[in-house]
Amino acid sequence: MKRGVHDIGGLPNNQIDQSEHDYALWEKRIDALLVLLASEKQIMRVDELRRGIESLDIDAYNELSYYERWIASIAKILVEKDVITSTELEARMAEISTRKTTS
Amino acid sequence: MKPIFKPGASVIVSNREVDGHKRTPTYIRGKSGVIERFCGSFRNPESLAYGGDGLPRQPLYRVRFLQSHVWPEYQGSFTDTVDIEIYQHWLEPVS
Repeated sequence: MKRGVHDIGGLPNNQIDQSEHDYALWEKRIDALLVLLASEKQIMRVDELRRGIESLDIDAYNELSYYERWIASIAKILVEKDVITSTELEARMAEISTRKTTS
Repeated sequence: MKPIFKPGASVIVSNREVDGHKRTPTYIRGKSGVIERFCGSFRNPESLAYGGDGLPRQPLYRVRFLQSHVWPEYQGSFTDTVDIEIYQHWLEPVS
């Protein structure tokens, strides 16, 4: 049976880190972004978010943190729906990375 | 879709191969359990995940399984159970 990268219930794995931690501001922003896109704007559904996460390749899935998976999926779905283009996204990310290094 | 299972009915989770998004984890497929309750009918996530309208709504059930049945090497009590919410189109009646 073909399992998705996320469908790991019952498989052997390392110990789960159960320690509590505060959310970073960027994580809260990603959560807020999804709420706006799903509820207020009705641009994407949480089911699409999940599908986007599940379709990450296995290395990306295992390497990314929880909210990094979310934003990777949100970006993918918004490009898919022509809300943004990948060129726009790349240009904006390049612009922001410049801003970070010069500040 | 109308709900066809009543609480207490025995069901088996379908083992069929379905590509793409689904809410039925691999570890529970092919396992048998008992309908614990009917949770209501909801738009089908397998359609919503691809921008579809999710209609017709699918009945959703909470299904109860014995842990010792789900995990052959389970060390806990034989009476321990796990409840999983599963859509009707993933369930087959036990004759």
